[in-house]
Amino acid sequence: MMNDHRIDALSPGTFALDGHEVEFGPGDSILQAARRAGHYIPHLCWHPDFAAHGSCRLCTVKVNGRTGAACTIAASSGQDVESDTPELNAQRKTLLQMLFVEGNHFCPSCEKSGNCLLQATAYQMGMEGPHFEEFYPNRRVDASHPDLLLDLNRCILCGLCVRASAQEGKHVFAMGGRGVSSHLLVNSESGQLDDSAIGPTDRAANICPVGAILPKRRGFVIPIGQRRFDSHPVSQEDAT
Amino acid sequence: MNANSPLSAQAAAELQSMLKRHGSDPHALVQILREFQAFAGWLPRPALLHVAKALNLTLAHVQGVADFYRFFHTEPVGAYRVLFSNNITDRMLGNEALLRQLCGLLKVARNQMRADGLVSVTTSSCTGLCDQGPAVLINHHQVVTRLTQERIAQMAELIEQQVPAEQWPAEWSHVDDQIRLADVKLGPQPPPGSALAAALAREPQAMLDDLKRSKLRGRGGAGYATGTKWQLCRNAAGQVHYVICNADEGEPGTFKDRVLLTSYADTLFEGMTIAAWAVGASRGLMYLRGEYRYLLEPLESSLQRRRDMGLLGNSIQGRPGFDFDITIHVGAGAYVCGEESALIESLEGKRGVPRIRPPFPVEHGYLGQPTTVNNVETFCAVTHIAVHGGAWWAGIGTPQSTGTKIHSVSGDCERPGIYEYPFGTRIGRILEDCGARDTQAVQVGGPSGVCLSALEFDRHIGFEDVPTAGAFMVFDRSRDMFEVARNFAHFFAHESCGFCTPCRVGTELVVRQLDKLKRGYGSSADIQVLYELDKLMHGATHCGLGAGACNPLRDTIAKFRPAYEQHLKSLHFVAGFDMDAELSQARRVTGRNDSGAHLENLE
Repeated sequence: MMNDHRIDALSPGTFALDGHEVEFGPGDSILQAARRAGHYIPHLCWHPDFAAHGSCRLCTVKVNGRTGAACTIAASSGQDVESDTPELNAQRKTLLQMLFVEGNHFCPSCEKSGNCLLQATAYQMGMEGPHFEEFYPNRRVDASHPDLLLDLNRCILCGLCVRASAQEGKHVFAMGGRGVSSHLLVNSESGQLDDSAIGPTDRAANICPVGAILPKRRGFVIPIGQRRFDSHPVSQEDAT
Repeated sequence: MNANSPLSAQAAAELQSMLKRHGSDPHALVQILREFQAFAGWLPRPALLHVAKALNLTLAHVQGVADFYRFFHTEPVGAYRVLFSNNITDRMLGNEALLRQLCGLLKVARNQMRADGLVSVTTSSCTGLCDQGPAVLINHHQVVTRLTQERIAQMAELIEQQVPAEQWPAEWSHVDDQIRLADVKLGPQPPPGSALAAALAREPQAMLDDLKRSKLRGRGGAGYATGTKWQLCRNAAGQVHYVICNADEGEPGTFKDRVLLTSYADTLFEGMTIAAWAVGASRGLMYLRGEYRYLLEPLESSLQRRRDMGLLGNSIQGRPGFDFDITIHVGAGAYVCGEESALIESLEGKRGVPRIRPPFPVEHGYLGQPTTVNNVETFCAVTHIAVHGGAWWAGIGTPQSTGTKIHSVSGDCERPGIYEYPFGTRIGRILEDCGARDTQAVQVGGPSGVCLSALEFDRHIGFEDVPTAGAFMVFDRSRDMFEVARNFAHFFAHESCGFCTPCRVGTELVVRQLDKLKRGYGSSADIQVLYELDKLMHGATHCGLGAGACNPLRDTIAKFRPAYEQHLKSLHFVAGFDMDAELSQARRVTGRNDSGAHLENLE
């Protein structure tokens, strides 16, 4: 991984992120460069190991006054990037509220609580309630697989499992539907996870930032209080 | 046919021949699904599996494509699929009562297949027949215009008697061009081949330079300089260059491309061929919206005539090495595919989700190759510019908006139809010409355009003032502008591709807020929420669909606020919750859904 993240000393460049100088390498997006330099820009669908998706829009920043997703904008010299501003953070909070009301997210009863990027980012952005009326959609739960649980109630359509499985050459997941009915599809004749090629150690089975894909029989193995975001807020995590 | 029963031998053979005709090319997925559905009525899972195996795609991918497009059915639908165009202009012409009449006569519930599988009745986004609506689309192919109660009654009988739609009265499917005012683009056309000959008389770069002199800007809405776009495409390195015509005219209230495709196809194809010369392309593609499926055969004939005349194919007009041909791809009901990168995704057989840009199609377009995507009207303009020269075109219109623009006029006016004016024309002039009276508002450029009130009728059409993609919908003082905005909000939610959070959830939230106001449960706090959503969606969405989705809302709240306030319970009251919605749980538990179980029906 370190090699992939090396900054090419032959073509260094810098941009300003909220007044801090950030170095970038060739091909870097603003978000990639910022994370490597230890700066936090909120994100859900972005992951350093996969191509940018640009769907959650949490990383929306202003570049020279124009808004765009930091994960999809190439870094270039002299950019003036605003990210940690009251206006953009308020917008992020609204996006988070949208994701919360769109699905069925009940943190107290969710095994992912404390390890969940959606929950941690909501705390980070000061979200205290859903603000909008909940949709309470009727979504599928697939418990067919012996080792994995797929609960679409919690899916935020970030596409990370789709990208991870494609990278593994298995293509277990795809996007289906449209608009507010968009949903994750499982590639198998029955449409169920146990008929698919997924295995419990696949990257695709372990990359879900929320509690949509969970390993079975691991409930509360790590107690509340000792989980990923219990010791530090998401903004203080390592870039990986 | 049961959802999982295997394909019949006949269906399998049919599918096999379709796959063969498309060379088992995975990029033809949308076309293969469309053709198979035209044969089978819907897309059962075994058919998707068959296609997936034949194209070496995963079943989930094929399924994801099939359920992205509104015109594809992965559940059984009626043998007769009746889609009522549901643009605001169709509503103003009474489509709702006609839909209810048809459902009543056929004893079928809206959005549900009749138990015997004979018919399904539902609505669709604007089908581009606003000047002769209300209109329906039958089996995603045949249009019926100028619906009346009488026509609906006859239609119900024909459906009950199972008379094939092709045998219905021919005049029902008649589509008038309704050209009310013609300028240079809709006037006399150059004979086929003459504009191309004029272009070929120059080097491609000279043609491009003249196009830049014309200062022609794209007619699809964004207004990008055509000459610059073509130059970028020409300069981009690639194995093949592509020319794509965007005939996915989906912006509600727009139907000018319908007329150009119907009666000016030669001019259009000639413009595409000139583009091929200018950018160095050998392949052309037309993306024809699914609603215009009925135009496919005439367009194909037109292409064949041009091949026979040596205007397409190899060594065009006797010039060795200038090889170019055009194929037509038919869409399947997705407004978002009007966005050029989503259109390219769809052409490649995928879900019509806009790409991350840059890179732009001029560098990285169809199959990753340099591609120029232009609107139907833009290509037509190019043909005229090739004949008369860039300076001539630049002399028409205004300094920043040269040439003419074709407007699709509909709504409250005596003479709806097609009007062509030089850029710079006053809004009021168009209203006078089309016989609009007592006009309250005009929606210019469709729902993603701008809503003008009577105070603004002295403004002018043009990129400097009021830009437009071609829709011009007129509303007189009898109309409730809140209902106009609500119709548009439903349209955007219906058409959101669902990729990015703000558009997917935001368009749905706007619909819920407006429906709440409509039911009389709204308060001024709800209007505040609408403002917030508007602001968010303008800056945070992945593409222009979401960014423009709140435009009608913003304009109508600002300019017609009383229309909203009349729907509020009280200007100051803040509603805590919706009583009837609270009852939904009880309804579910008790299995009741009769009228007595709904609050609004209780005295």
